[in-house]
Parts: sequence; structure tokens; C-alpha cells
Amino acid sequence: MAYGAYDPGAAHDAGAATAVTPVTVKILVAGGFGAGKTTLVGSVSEIRPLRTEETLSERSELVDSLYGIEQKSTTTVAMDFGRITIRDDLVVYLFGTPGQRRFWFMWDDLSYGALGAVVLADERRLADSFPSIDYFERNNIPFVVAVNSFDDAQHHSLDTITQALSLSGRVPVVRCDARQRGSSRGVLIALAEHAIALHHEAQFS
Amino acid sequence: MRDEEWLDSDAGPVVRPYALTGGQTRPSGQRLDLLDMVRAVRSASQNLRLSPEQASVLERCPIPVPLVELAADLKLPTGVVRILVSDLRERGLVAIHRSKSVGLSDLKILQEVVDGLRRL
Repeated sequence: MAYGAYDPGAAHDAGAATAVTPVTVKILVAGGFGAGKTTLVGSVSEIRPLRTEETLSERSELVDSLYGIEQKSTTTVAMDFGRITIRDDLVVYLFGTPGQRRFWFMWDDLSYGALGAVVLADERRLADSFPSIDYFERNNIPFVVAVNSFDDAQHHSLDTITQALSLSGRVPVVRCDARQRGSSRGVLIALAEHAIALHHEAQFS
Repeated sequence: MRDEEWLDSDAGPVVRPYALTGGQTRPSGQRLDLLDMVRAVRSASQNLRLSPEQASVLERCPIPVPLVELAADLKLPTGVVRILVSDLRERGLVAIHRSKSVGLSDLKILQEVVDGLRRL
């Protein structure tokens, strides 16, 4: 298999029965079409970014889930995912899918056990990120907004963007270039630090 | 109209998903997570009366592979792969290593993630 094998090294040698199951950390990447989800997942992933085409029926969107396949598959939606091995026994997985409300059924499945989410925003089309923000706020999933800076975008201040998105001041808003590995990684660090801050807040409230 | 004009990828999969799963539309047994690791306990070459898709799953996991990577590798929706894997599990042909997912609960691991990402 060219790229699908999970191979964190010596932990999985011939004695697979004794293999260590790594602790997995799930991070979601959401945002409107064209905001740069695939690019971000691809730039930080150690494996070639993988895609699956999920099937869904437009009629049964309220009851569909990734879990079953009852529907007759009228449309498909791409899900990107990538992997970052921090240690043999600690692996970060990234899942990217569109944030539109009609895809929320996928998020219900994906967000199970997730550390948090990155909402990628294109500042020329900020409204496209509303549904993703709405989803994570409703479900109490920690998230950061990453403004993917395209060259020809007008550069609003991050404060202006925070206001335009009606975000509480506690949600980090950062700028990034999803094509750059270091920049994309910075977004993930901002998210993990935000999750830690929320953890501390919860403890002392 | 020539075939390629109306049978492109935008038309969606040509084969209905349930045609690949023997008509099943729900996985059986314990819920499978996308990050659960699947490992073959028997080799697909033995005479097991497997469907081509089941055989493909079995061939791809001599070492534990997350379910979602099997789906991407086989170019099948995760819902289909969950059913194929749950069938193979019922027949004792694969073992499942449950993923240990960390949410907000484990501060130590969150800090290790931050440190690890900084080091990379």
C-alpha cells in the first residue's frame, strides 16, 4: 500500500498483537468552499492528504449520518484528512469537510472526541464561515478562526474581523497562509493552547 | 450523447453503496470510530469466500490501519467501510484496536501536543 499504512515504527513490528494503540487527537478543519481546508490539511500532514467521498442524500439530510448508508447517494462530499505523528504513541489527525449546514450531519460524527476545530475564513467572503462558527458554538467545541490570507485580499484588522464574525473576544483569531507548513502548524498550536486555556478556566470557575 | 458526457464523477458513484455490502445499510456490533485501528488476523489469500471489497480491506491491514485510511485507500465512503469491517469482525477475520481519543479532558496530553507541534 502506497500511503495508507499506519506505520509509526518499531511499535508495530511482527508482534502486531502487542502493538501499542496510539493516543489520537482529532482536530477538525471547517470553513466554506474554497477557504483553503484542503490546502491547510495538505501543508501540515506528513502523509499525502487523503480524501474520501462521502455520500449523502439531499432529502434525508436531517437524519443522515456518516454511520449508515441507507440513502441512495445522490450527492457526494469530500472529506480530507491528514496525520501528524508527534510520538509513536501520540498522533494528531486532521479532518476537513465543508461547514455548510447541510453537511452538519458529518460533523456530529467527526466531532466526537475532538480536541477542537479550526474555522478557515477568507476575508473576502467572511459570511461563508458563519455556519461553521455557529456549529462549534452550539456544540461547545473549542475553535479558533484562521484568516487565510490570499494575496489580493483586503487586509482588515483582526479586531474588525472578530467584530464582523460576532465572535466573543475569547475566540482566537489568527492570520495564516494555509500553503505554508509553519503557518498552518501555528494555527494548530493556537488551537491547542486555546483548549488548554479553556481547560484552566473550567477548573477555576 | 456519448457515454462520457453524462457519466462523469459529478454524477456520483455508479454503484450504489449498499451493493458493495451485500445489501446491508448499518454496521453490526459495537460502534466503530473512524480512528479505530483495523488489523487482519487472517490473510485474504485463504479460501474465505470474501467479496472483492472485503478482500481488499483484509489485504490492507496486516498492521493496524485506522478505518478512515482504509476508506481513503479503497476510495470508498466511510459508511461502506464500516460495514465491511464490522462483517469481517463478526467473522473473526479482523481485530479492532479502539482509538483512545483525547478531548479536553487530558491537560497533560494537550500540552504534549503543543510542545510536539512546536518541535516539528
